[in-house]
Amino acid sequence: MSQFPNQHGLTEHSHGAVVPLQIRIDRPKSTSVSDFPAISKTQDLWRYLDVEQLAGLDADVLGEYKEQVSYTSQQGLSISWIPSTDARVGSIGIPEDRVAAAAYTNASETLLVEINESLSEPATLSVTGTSKTASALHIFVVTKPHVEATLVLDYRGLGVLGENVEIAVGDESRLNLVSVQTWDKGSVHVSAHYAKLGRNSLLKHTVATFGGDLVRVTPISTLSSPGAEVEMNGVYFANSGQHIENRPFVDHAAANCKSRVTYKGALSGDKAHTVWIGDVLIRVAAEGTDTYELNRNLLLTDGTRADSVPNLEIETGEIQGAGHASASGRFDDEQLFYLQARGVSEAEAKRLVVFGFLLELIQRTNVPEVIESLSKVLEEKLGVN
Amino acid sequence: MSVLEIKNLHVTVETEQGVKEILKGVDLTIRSGEIHAIMGPNGSGKSTLAYSIAGHPKYTVTEGEILLDGEDVLAMSVDERARAGLFLAMQYPVEIPGVSVSNFLRTAKTAITGEAPALRTWIKDVRESMDNLRMDASFSERNVNEGFSGGEKKRHEILQLELLKPRFAVLDETDSGLDVDALKIVSEGVNRAHKANDLGVLLITHYTRILKYIKPDFVHVFVAGKVAEEGGAELAERLEAEGYDRYTKAN
Ligand SMILES: Nc1ncnc2c1ncn2[C@@H]1O[C@H](COP(=O)(O)OP(=O)(O)OP(=O)(O)O)[C@@H](O)[C@H]1O
Ligand SMILES: [Mg+2]
Repeated sequence: MSQFPNQHGLTEHSHGAVVPLQIRIDRPKSTSVSDFPAISKTQDLWRYLDVEQLAGLDADVLGEYKEQVSYTSQQGLSISWIPSTDARVGSIGIPEDRVAAAAYTNASETLLVEINESLSEPATLSVTGTSKTASALHIFVVTKPHVEATLVLDYRGLGVLGENVEIAVGDESRLNLVSVQTWDKGSVHVSAHYAKLGRNSLLKHTVATFGGDLVRVTPISTLSSPGAEVEMNGVYFANSGQHIENRPFVDHAAANCKSRVTYKGALSGDKAHTVWIGDVLIRVAAEGTDTYELNRNLLLTDGTRADSVPNLEIETGEIQGAGHASASGRFDDEQLFYLQARGVSEAEAKRLVVFGFLLELIQRTNVPEVIESLSKVLEEKLGVN
Repeated sequence: MSVLEIKNLHVTVETEQGVKEILKGVDLTIRSGEIHAIMGPNGSGKSTLAYSIAGHPKYTVTEGEILLDGEDVLAMSVDERARAGLFLAMQYPVEIPGVSVSNFLRTAKTAITGEAPALRTWIKDVRESMDNLRMDASFSERNVNEGFSGGEKKRHEILQLELLKPRFAVLDETDSGLDVDALKIVSEGVNRAHKANDLGVLLITHYTRILKYIKPDFVHVFVAGKVAEEGGAELAERLEAEGYDRYTKAN
């Protein structure tokens, strides 16, 4: 099962024993900033970050994103701005941390994305930052029952953005949601996703992060209707000075649901830092749960740091299967030598290994434009440290 | 006709106790089509010689030279040496996560020949070589050496030898860990490459049994970092019977 053989400095973490969560259910939730303490490294939620890195996203007052967001219309899709006082806003999930609360309070309008019919083409929401003013955005995605659609959230430009994204997947629906972060240097993006899955629905959720000084995504999938299935994928590449943090959480609240969490990342260059905290909670009612979560990191150079912590909390014994694995391995001199001894240059060897490692997850999005543009981004990132 | 010349080669490694000289003046000349067997006790420096020819960064050449048709091999990077026609089948092939065998082979072939192989003939060539080596087609989609058994790793090395068509190959204990059938299959692979490409072979082994399948023109006894004696195939028989005592005592 290990991707990395032991002889290459593997730190393998893979066992059936339960690592207790700090009781995820009891985590405080609020839409009000003042309900959360000032951010500090002593809090588990923020322990890997310095508050300065948040570039003001924890403040009481933020700007708002509106003209920065663009989209094209298409048959079966309706997109509009609604007041955030609308009853739907907050119905899928509310903030569990201070930055999300600040974004929630400051986004006076919410972008409502209604998928009413199956979409023949992927829909794209483009968010293009233009300044370092700390700002807020709230997106609410809802699909009707029995539809199938792909939605791409595409973040780029220079921005400092705090965000909440609610995702309501209708009964028997299949939603493929891809969030792509290729921000410019200097950007900060902290985004909380809340997905609730209807009966027998399927959500494929991908977080692909390549650009930005700090990008932190905390996606929550709530499986509260029987037969729902979620596939949460993540792919990331941190260069020198970048901090990429992913904290996926699957909440198994109903019976016979399935979840697969797969995040893979590469790190290259001094102080490239990635954090992956994968939480899975299997509640008493969630009999017949089938879950597996995995995180792999590939360290391409010295001076990088990959933190990886899987947490599994199980409240019922009647489950199908629950497993997790996490490993960080080096692309080491022996691997490089082996490839070079077959005529492959050093640069090409790295390319081969990184593409082999990350491309699979990019391809799983099934969105040709995303696959093509991220392949290019990967090429570029391999060229720098 | 090519020639690989190793002249007075001295090689050191960094150890925790300091720099240690392992090769102490190796002289060896291999011509196209020749098969040279190297036999010698554990720790005598055989793998060090193999790695030094391939250019492993862990080994430092302090004296001597390696020439390929008069060209200075020591001045070449590892990948340049491979492209110049040198091949090392490793004693312990390395696992490469995330890279499939098929992708790896195609990339290596492209690097060696300087252009991507024509897809249809390439796929056919790979399949044929895999069939010959009794490697299941499913190996193409597996990651390089990952989870391969010892014997499967060795077959994979010889698969590369057949497909990449080097001028000279160093086979470092390719026979170790092979069952009797696999030994025959792998030997046939080496013989095919030898015949097809007029390959020069440097075969490092502990056992005479492989020499029943791959007939050496020369046998070198390697002791304490250099060649202690040279002879024909009959020398291997004698080593099998007598061991290395004669040489190690003299040291
Ligand atoms: N990196 C290293 N650090 C320390 N010692 C080394 C290193 N590499 C090789 N050596 C030492 O050099 C000597 C020669 O090793 P080498 O692997 O070349 O032997 P060998 O003849 O191939 O042995 P075997 O038959 O067991 O494969 C050994 O004593 C070994 O311990
Ligand atoms: Mg050896």
